[in-house]
Amino acid sequence: MEKVQPGLSDVSISGDIPVEGEITVPVGSPSHDDEYSTLDEPVKETILRDLKAVGKKFGHVMYPKKSTTLLRDWDLWGPLLLCVTLALMLQGGSADSKEDGGPQFAEVFVLIWFGSVIITLNSKLLGGTISFFQSLCVLGYCILPLTVAMIVCRLVLLGGTGTASFIVRFIVVVASFGWSTFASTAFLADSQPPNRKALVVYPVFLFYFVISWMILTFSPSHSNTGP
Amino acid sequence: MSTTEGNKNTNSTESWGGFDDNPIQGGGSAVIDMENMDDTSGSSFEDMGEMHQRMKEEEEVSEEAAATEEGDDGEFLGMKGVKGQLGRQVADEVWQAGKRQASKAFNLYANIDILRPYFDVEPIQVRNRLLESLIPIRIINFPQKIAGELYGPLMLVFTLVAILLHGMKTSGTVIREGTLMGTAIGTCFGYWIGVSSFIYFLAYLCNAQITMLQMLSLLGYGLFGHCVVLFVTYSVHFHSLFYILWLVIGGLSTLRMVAALISRTVGHTPRLILCGTVAALHMLFLLYLHFAYHKIVEGILDTLEGPNVPPIQRVARDIPEVSVALVNATVKMVGITLQSH
Repeated sequence: MEKVQPGLSDVSISGDIPVEGEITVPVGSPSHDDEYSTLDEPVKETILRDLKAVGKKFGHVMYPKKSTTLLRDWDLWGPLLLCVTLALMLQGGSADSKEDGGPQFAEVFVLIWFGSVIITLNSKLLGGTISFFQSLCVLGYCILPLTVAMIVCRLVLLGGTGTASFIVRFIVVVASFGWSTFASTAFLADSQPPNRKALVVYPVFLFYFVISWMILTFSPSHSNTGP
Repeated sequence: MSTTEGNKNTNSTESWGGFDDNPIQGGGSAVIDMENMDDTSGSSFEDMGEMHQRMKEEEEVSEEAAATEEGDDGEFLGMKGVKGQLGRQVADEVWQAGKRQASKAFNLYANIDILRPYFDVEPIQVRNRLLESLIPIRIINFPQKIAGELYGPLMLVFTLVAILLHGMKTSGTVIREGTLMGTAIGTCFGYWIGVSSFIYFLAYLCNAQITMLQMLSLLGYGLFGHCVVLFVTYSVHFHSLFYILWLVIGGLSTLRMVAALISRTVGHTPRLILCGTVAALHMLFLLYLHFAYHKIVEGILDTLEGPNVPPIQRVARDIPEVSVALVNATVKMVGITLQSH
């Protein structure tokens, strides 16, 4: 058991009681023993540490190697950030409230979260070894390529809505859809018995397909069918 | 308190020596011996409450002892250290107890393991069942085997939802009260579960040998034909093609379901009722899915802009009779107004 600080070393505490807190060694991720030391640090440090963890996981998604980091330290900040960004960008941007052709924020949000829950339940029912929140974490993080595709589509749409822009958007969305599916199966399929991988991959494929289709058919000002 | 009662019980039964001195721990005993505190398997809330009570009493005793003493800083810190430690332990115990209770309740009510055997399939089995759902089997003298699985039907329902969404978007459907996604999911799941339940109820009335799981599975696999037809006709817009596919593929999957049901029902009239209902609902659902979203668009346009809307600006895939009639009416009106001027 380490002493807390040199100043308090002359306190006569009976030896049976463990003194908590390790200030000398910086810890990578907060564990239960360190609760008291992370409460004392400035807010900026906490936020930066969480953001760094999120950013590291983004890196894992963009270059999916078979590492278990995403699964071990799961968190749901990244998926929430991505989901909110995607839902905000997918909102129908027309000021005219009569023509509401784009999916609403709530629709996209609910689709992503309930879709993830259903895929997780499915993979657990098929005998998967991954836990509920780990699976949610992986599926949420793998939406990153689709969010990037959405940003690119929005930029392309600024240039016009012709056939060329549609082809460019189509290619971008298909590429990011493939990337998302491949990244998530790299993490998820390992936790399944080998002959059932296809059964788990199909709902993931459908899920990302619906999202990419929503991205592809998005147009900022929906032209209505009136005169 | 349970301890004292327990002690009383063991004391009273000691006279006839019928029971053991140490009752069985955990499991099914109603008397819990407080001496064996390291049993963590089935601790009840009352036990926890008693333990906290004892700990609090210990704390109070030590507090009183500390209050009577006057100590210097070192000793004061020492006492605070002890109390802090006890407080942490108590909090920990409360947390553990709460967690145990919650996980017990969760395992009882939200146990998805009940559904696990219905998802025990191989990919090749799913593929075979999908293809067989379009091949009617002629054996009607003894019950046909119906697979009771839920993975295939569930995935088919979700695929149907995705295809419906695509169809709704390309036909420019605008849903006013509600969302596109909600309508699609509600329609598909409502059909699958609602019609299955209804047919199961009819089967119960007609004395058919079929379980709810088998009915869900049968109807779910019948949706494969629907998925194929809708996928093709939402991409290739010919009405005659739709009618042909409706009859052929819809008919085949209906025949498959009907044959399976006939093989499990006895008697002419029950067979007629059951199979007639299934066939009607199955075929009409496909018809509805193809045409429904046109009607919604037309209805909204009519209420918004009245009958003066020229037909060219309507949705691309109209019901031909309506649009033809409208064209004729408009041309006639234009002709009449031109003539009158």
